[in-house]
Parts: sequence; structure tokens; C-alpha cells
Amino acid sequence: MTEHRTPLARVRGLGSAKSGTEHFWHQRLTAVANVPLTIAFVLIVVSLLGRNHAAAQQILGSPLVAIVILLFIGSVTYHMRIGMQVIIEDYVHDEVPKLALIMLNTFFTVAVGLASAYAIFKLSLGV
Amino acid sequence: MAGSKAPARPLSPHMQIYRWPLPMLMSILHRITGGGLYVGTLLVAWWLIATASGPNAYATFGNFINSWIGQLILFGYTWALTHHMLGGIRHLIWDTGRGFSPSEREWLSLATAVGSIGLTVLLWVVSYLLMGGAQ
Repeated sequence: MTEHRTPLARVRGLGSAKSGTEHFWHQRLTAVANVPLTIAFVLIVVSLLGRNHAAAQQILGSPLVAIVILLFIGSVTYHMRIGMQVIIEDYVHDEVPKLALIMLNTFFTVAVGLASAYAIFKLSLGV
Repeated sequence: MAGSKAPARPLSPHMQIYRWPLPMLMSILHRITGGGLYVGTLLVAWWLIATASGPNAYATFGNFINSWIGQLILFGYTWALTHHMLGGIRHLIWDTGRGFSPSEREWLSLATAVGSIGLTVLLWVVSYLLMGGAQ
């Protein structure tokens, strides 16, 4: 086998897609983060069951709970974005609908993430 | 060979021919639960925004989530979450190169299925007990 890649390309190790294993790696990185964050999130939800608005507002706005939920939202929505992108790339082969869906995917996950984060900031800072 | 009709060879087997082995079922369920959670995150966002918006929005969310359809969606979300989490842990184990022997594959897949259903039921039983205690 002749090596056709330039020494620079070989050192960069990014392959023909120009992004190497970054996507794969971020999927795993967020997956690992999601495990403890999801357990913490579920415990927070269970502790809030049946509470009235004032109690929910106070608990969700308290620093530790707010920080955990912010981390959860950040990691989960990023994980959602790359996961859904893989699904789109697996099933949608026409270039235009594929690109449109990948854009929508980014819009959706960023919007859900920022809206949730805004709610947490509002609860924490009381603005 | 010339002129002879090609014998009706079997086509390569496709999905409808296989008896779905458990790891195969867990694999597609991982993707389906991931897709479900993707949409389900809207519920999380709604819950947070409703709490931040005030008592009325919070009550509206409460009415929805406590309705039978809301409870059904929440139950499905709980199972999707536990299934995707356990399935994800299984994938992380596989990422290290371990757990690939036939018996291990089978065991890990069964653990994902049984574990996710068990955790879901446990969470709901505990939640109902807590709710009952609070009232």
C-alpha cells in the first residue's frame, strides 16, 4: 500500500471528513457526564413531586440544584444534537433535506437548551 | 451455463428473516429511546419555564402532567431515560473492548432490558409512596 497522505495530514489525523473522531469522542464525553447528571436530575424531580409553586421555585432556584440542572441541560442537549445528527445522516441521503434537518436539529437543541437555562437563571436570580 | 436460466437463489437475509436476537433489539431500542428522549426534553423545558413563569403556568403544567396522558408520557419518558442510560453504559463498556463474547453480549442486553423496566417501576412506586405520604 502506498501512503498518499502528506506527512502533515497524517499527523493531524483528521481523515477525509476533516473532523477526525471529535464527534465520536464528544458523544462519549457527554454520555459519561450524563450518567451522574441524569441520576441527580431524577432525584431532584422526585424530591419536587407534589410541591406547590413556591416550594418548586425555591428549590429549583437554589444554587446547588440550579447548577446541577444547568450542567444536565448543557450536556444532554449537546448529546441530543450529535445523537440526532447521526440518525439523520443514517436515514436521509438526499443532500438538501439532510442539511435542512441537520440545521433544524441544531436550532431545536440550542433553543431547548437556552430556554431551559434561561428559566433556571430566572429562578435563581429572581429577575 | 450459456442459455440456462439462473437458479432461484435465496437473496441475502434481511430483517424479516431473522429472529431478532436480544442485542439487536436493544440496539434499535437504544436509538428509539434516544429519539423519544430528544422530544421528551421539551417536557423538561416546559416544566422549568412554567416554574419560572409563575403559579398559573406551573398549575397548567401540573394539570397536564397529572392527567392520564401526561402520566403515560412521563412513564414512557422514565423508561426511555433508564433504558437509554443503561444501554449507554453497556456501550461504554463495549468501547473499552470488553463484553463482546456471546454470553456477555446476551447478559449485558438482558441487564439493559430488565434493569430499565425494574428501575422504572421502582421509581414510580417510590414516587407514588412519596406522593401518598405528602397528602
